[in-house]
Amino acid sequence: MKATPVSNCERRFLLRAIEERKRLDGRQCYDYRNVRISFGTDYGCCIVELGKTRVLGQVSCELVPPKPNRPTEGILFFNVELSPMAAPGFEPGRQSDLLVKLNRLIERCLRNSKCVDTESLCVVAGEKVWQIRLDLHVLNHDGNIIDAASIAGIVALCHFRRPDVSVQGEEVTVYTPEERDPVPLSIHHMPICVSFAFFQQGTYLLVDPSEREECVMDGVLVIAMNKHREICTIQSSGGIMLVKDQVLRCSKITAVKVAEMTELIQKALENDQKVRKEGGKFGFAESIPNQKITAFKMGSAAVDTNNVEEQAEEIIAKADPPSEVFAKPILHTPGTAQIGEGIENSWGDLEESEREEAAEEEGESEATAFECQTVETEETSTMSETKKDEPIVLSDSEEEEVVILEPQELPKKTRTQTNSKQENTSKKAFNKRRKKKRAA
Amino acid sequence: RCPAAAGVTKCGLLRHRQAGGAAAGGAYWVDSQQKRYVPVKGDYVIGIVTAKAGDVFKLDVGGSEQASLSYLAFEGTTKRNRPNVQVGDLIYGRFLVANKDMEPEMVCIDGNGRSSGMGIIGQDGFLFKVSLGLIRKLLAPKCEIIQELSQLYPFELVLGMNGRIWIKAKTVQQTLIIVNILEACEYMTAEQRKQALAKLSGN
Repeated sequence: MKATPVSNCERRFLLRAIEERKRLDGRQCYDYRNVRISFGTDYGCCIVELGKTRVLGQVSCELVPPKPNRPTEGILFFNVELSPMAAPGFEPGRQSDLLVKLNRLIERCLRNSKCVDTESLCVVAGEKVWQIRLDLHVLNHDGNIIDAASIAGIVALCHFRRPDVSVQGEEVTVYTPEERDPVPLSIHHMPICVSFAFFQQGTYLLVDPSEREECVMDGVLVIAMNKHREICTIQSSGGIMLVKDQVLRCSKITAVKVAEMTELIQKALENDQKVRKEGGKFGFAESIPNQKITAFKMGSAAVDTNNVEEQAEEIIAKADPPSEVFAKPILHTPGTAQIGEGIENSWGDLEESEREEAAEEEGESEATAFECQTVETEETSTMSETKKDEPIVLSDSEEEEVVILEPQELPKKTRTQTNSKQENTSKKAFNKRRKKKRAA
Repeated sequence: RCPAAAGVTKCGLLRHRQAGGAAAGGAYWVDSQQKRYVPVKGDYVIGIVTAKAGDVFKLDVGGSEQASLSYLAFEGTTKRNRPNVQVGDLIYGRFLVANKDMEPEMVCIDGNGRSSGMGIIGQDGFLFKVSLGLIRKLLAPKCEIIQELSQLYPFELVLGMNGRIWIKAKTVQQTLIIVNILEACEYMTAEQRKQALAKLSGN
């Protein structure tokens, strides 16, 4: 399949918009899209979502004889694959320029920076070493695969655990995960790539270009840096001419972004660690929310009650009206608003705590109440601006929910048709949302 | 196809239209949702010109094959008077031939030789892609979304059945707002949309 060509009017429009410092999704010039990191059940498997760009990273290991000229070092092998499901232009088995460029960049970023300690991967010098293999699959291409891939790579490497080995004389014993806990890799630092797209011969610069912006850009500068402000790799492609102070400015921006990203990664790793230790549920099934494309047919989705402004006694007596909370448009710049789109800020979905925090106060949101007595079938469940990624919940059945009166009381629900399973999922989804709000 | 009964090959809502006065009997169809377009004869689509090969333009319509469009299929063009079409231009046209065995063919002219709104789309404005279901919703006779949006700002709009929408408003800002609203309309309920528009017009 061929990729969709960029039409002239798109190109013109995008360049004009960039001149006016406007981006399609309302971001600022130096803003990243939301990053979401989720882990799989195996160690070393993670999915990174940068806006809609998704990359899956998987690390695996194997005992092999070492390279002859480096008998005491382990082997690192990196592989990036562009899956055809990422974009119509990607074909399997075809070595495109982009693929080669990605592979080289990831290799330079992760191998040459010596972020993984290869000496620690040696088991028996000259005979057996660990070969660590990192596979990155691009699942969806919405711009800036490089950044997403580098984050996925380093997160997968940090998350990975290799089996423990012990050497007694000539004997090498590899322990299974049941016998001894697997051991993490020794990572010195976390290099992360940041991409800068240039337009109009270097006059305008955007961080984290989306797919459309990438189509019309003149060139791109990729800087890989770690949080100690050490540049690991720097590459400029597209043949643009850059002035010295532009490059310096980019590196300063990179330092800021990398610091934020590293913090995010640390938090995600810690969260996952915690969940695994507590024996909670982890894995993709828990952390990737269901995305539904039909807004009106959410039959079995949870119906969430949001908060109702209490008017005291009169409401106690009657069936409480379900409240409606409206998706707040996010005003990025005056006049450019974004409504309803997925801006989910948290990776906190990892903890799918089953504890029904029924006493959870539902009394602290910004809902407005309606005095509608009829059975309103529409309920939206957004609470704060930061949690848009949730499916917009809509019940098309006759459901009424009675909401709690005071913050500390248990919610009283009188329902006509839902079953208890729905109630649980609604509570759980609600709690999930609560956590998100706290995490945000 | 089953001999005696009809089998469904797509998932979606089953809809029915009663036999009207002029229509021949009622119709049942399945309202399905997808993003990838399959060319259908008679559909109005927006295509992007990818190549000029002699007498024929090649257009990308989002399907598996590129569509071809003869330069004579515009209103008022003759062999001497060719249309001014460049690679990368947008064309709004209709499928003349579209089946799975042949390359689809498009024309910008209706049965009587008039363009009736088809042809080359202007230079400014912005093109973006949405799902096919949203397009059909927007093309429905009394679509509130378009009416509500027109209260907001004046704009020009071309909807292609292949999921492409072309918008032109006075300023870049307004165009971006409309683009974002339309993309978000997929997931918003009517109430949410009204709220969002109310906020915007209040700004």
